[in-house]
Amino acid sequence: MTKFEYAPAPESRSIVDIKSSYGLYIGGEFVDGKGGSFKSISPSTEEVLAEVTEATADDVDLAVKAARQAYDKVWSKLPGSERAKYLYRIARIMAERSREFAVLESLDNGKPIKESRDVDLPLVSQWFFYYAGWADKLGHAGLGPDPKALGVAGQVIPWNFPIMMLAWKIAPALAAGNTVVLKPAETTPLTALLFAEVCQQAELPPGVVNIITGAGATGQALVEHPDVDKVAFTGSTAVGKAIARSVAGTSKKVTLELGGKAANIVFDDAPLDQAVEGIVGGIFFNQGHVCCAGSRLLVQESVYDEVIDKLKQRMSTLRLGDPLDKNTDIGAINSAEQLARIKELSDVGDAEGAERWSAPCEIPDSGFWFAPTIFTGVTQAHRIAREEIFGPVLSILTFRTPAEAVEKANNTPYGLSAGVWTEKGSRILSMANQLRAGVVWANTFNKFDPASPFGGYKESGYGREGGRHGLAAYLQGASA
Amino acid sequence: MTRLDVRKTHKLYIGGAFPRSESGRTFEAVDAKGGFLGNMALASRKDARDAVLAARKAFGGWSTRTPYNRGQVVYRLAEVMEGRRDQFIEQLRAAEGLNDKKATTYVDAAIDRVVWYAGWADKYVQVLGNGNPVSGPFFNLSTPEPTGVVATVAPSGPLLGLVSVIAPAIVTGNTVVVIASEKYPVPAVTLSECMATSDLPGGVVNILTGKPAEIAPWLASHMDVNALDLAGVDDPELAASLEVAAADNLKRVLRAPSAPVDWLAEPTLARLEGLVETKTVWHPIGV
Repeated sequence: MTKFEYAPAPESRSIVDIKSSYGLYIGGEFVDGKGGSFKSISPSTEEVLAEVTEATADDVDLAVKAARQAYDKVWSKLPGSERAKYLYRIARIMAERSREFAVLESLDNGKPIKESRDVDLPLVSQWFFYYAGWADKLGHAGLGPDPKALGVAGQVIPWNFPIMMLAWKIAPALAAGNTVVLKPAETTPLTALLFAEVCQQAELPPGVVNIITGAGATGQALVEHPDVDKVAFTGSTAVGKAIARSVAGTSKKVTLELGGKAANIVFDDAPLDQAVEGIVGGIFFNQGHVCCAGSRLLVQESVYDEVIDKLKQRMSTLRLGDPLDKNTDIGAINSAEQLARIKELSDVGDAEGAERWSAPCEIPDSGFWFAPTIFTGVTQAHRIAREEIFGPVLSILTFRTPAEAVEKANNTPYGLSAGVWTEKGSRILSMANQLRAGVVWANTFNKFDPASPFGGYKESGYGREGGRHGLAAYLQGASA
Repeated sequence: MTRLDVRKTHKLYIGGAFPRSESGRTFEAVDAKGGFLGNMALASRKDARDAVLAARKAFGGWSTRTPYNRGQVVYRLAEVMEGRRDQFIEQLRAAEGLNDKKATTYVDAAIDRVVWYAGWADKYVQVLGNGNPVSGPFFNLSTPEPTGVVATVAPSGPLLGLVSVIAPAIVTGNTVVVIASEKYPVPAVTLSECMATSDLPGGVVNILTGKPAEIAPWLASHMDVNALDLAGVDDPELAASLEVAAADNLKRVLRAPSAPVDWLAEPTLARLEGLVETKTVWHPIGV
């Protein structure tokens, strides 16, 4: 496969106006926090993008009070049809300002503009549009004739899909009639802060959505706030467990979307070219910063050599570099800390005897980068087969029989997603039945839709986001 | 001369068998007036772990039975319970000091509850599942599946409460380790005898008698248990500590009730829903 030469085609930054500093968005306006501040940098250049406020426990309390007041006085009294119209407004504004958000997302997060523009932002608008329509139809959601909102939702989201995770959290919460305090990740706060402007443009009543920034301590203060009725968290399994412990003995309802170590299973009768595309998309989409990434490839022995050859060829065409360049396939690793984690686990892969191969690509001088990498000769005992790397690193194992594939795929404390590649329909359904994972992609991978429930088994968390199930997570009378 | 009755040895129910506690311990079950009813096996940590092993072993087979078959087996349990109706009524009267009418109400409700849940075995997937209209050429279907091994602290209501927590877990295909009411353990042992004779495979339901405060923490922290049902925990501190232990492997937790539960009322699907996982399968549509 030859690699075509492309001239640089950077998306213009001028569409987005980044302020030098941001306060906290509480009660419909930006306010100063009581604590210090921190910098959000662009991971592709290490350029400082803005100063952001580190919310203290007092700030969190203010935000929760604002959300409670908005819930009691305004939002819980609005008919669903009116809530729906606010959400439709937000959906439309997000579509109108989509490019601006995409550029800002790629700057702050490091993901390729191709992905922020074509995946994240379209899904954001669609997520609001989908849940808008539920707001006045809650009685048809299978939870009784008049299901009630929970109250104030405290939501903590990760850095891998900042604005998309915001939409996954805020849209169903508001549709169900809750108000929200949301904390974006400390390395990617900017699109959430820009979203505050969208709330203002939509004239959303003050306090219905509050955005507070900060690191783990801020998130902890939010989750543990006694006046929060619902906790929604997406992030690491370790933090998810800490949250589960902290809400023990309370009446808080919890949704946790945590880590994964998904098996992507390729049978010998699979359409191999398509499968290779699926393998590449499964692990290298968003630099592998994806909880449902297909990070364990299970290849049937009889096609192992062919799959590895094709995979290496395909990986050799991936373009790593400037996230704002429209030709870029692989952007920057989100932070120095995450890069260190990826390097550490990859080194463990070497040390434990797996064989490393990385796509030949130039690594820029500044910023955080990691070339797309595969490890062959991986066994189930290797740490790179067991632990979530959350980077562009694929561990490859083999199997002989479907039963062995199932056994290996399920041999993990996680259970978020899985992939199956085969042309045999009955085998797909049999595998789908046996895989202990919340999402099974057959002959495809990494597909998301607001109508489709997403979430894990076992230590990948509980509750679902998306679809009717995602709505139930914000209403009384349902356990999920 | 009156005939001397043949008394029963009350034992645990694990993996379809009736072992004594490996610990060799017993405790006295007493009637409403404090009179002696029997020596019950006082289950230990080891018994609880054996029960989890049995439940895990039974999970594969039970969860892949056809829904119709699971429904029939659970219905059969109701049939066998009906045959023991008088025995249950007598045991409820003795244990709780209920009058005949009240005891009859609870026993009948318990049998009817099992019938109610039996009918859900081949329906809950339709009610809780969804075909999802995704915006692309994909077949996309969400179906609920059993979460796995469920550890349950049964409510003190000795029969109705007990079946009301076991039945929703097993009709969906889970297997269960249940700690029977500490105060009224005798009807639970009778229920286990019904189970042993009702086509329920061994290990699908395992019943321990003993002290929840002693055994439940081992189940809550057991890494091969998938869900924890705290229906019968009335001490908020114990409930909170069990939830904390359950977080070690992120068990699904059905929390302890915050107010007394009226087990006679028709249930919602909440218990059943809390013990299933939604799996969503995607496949492209093309030629």
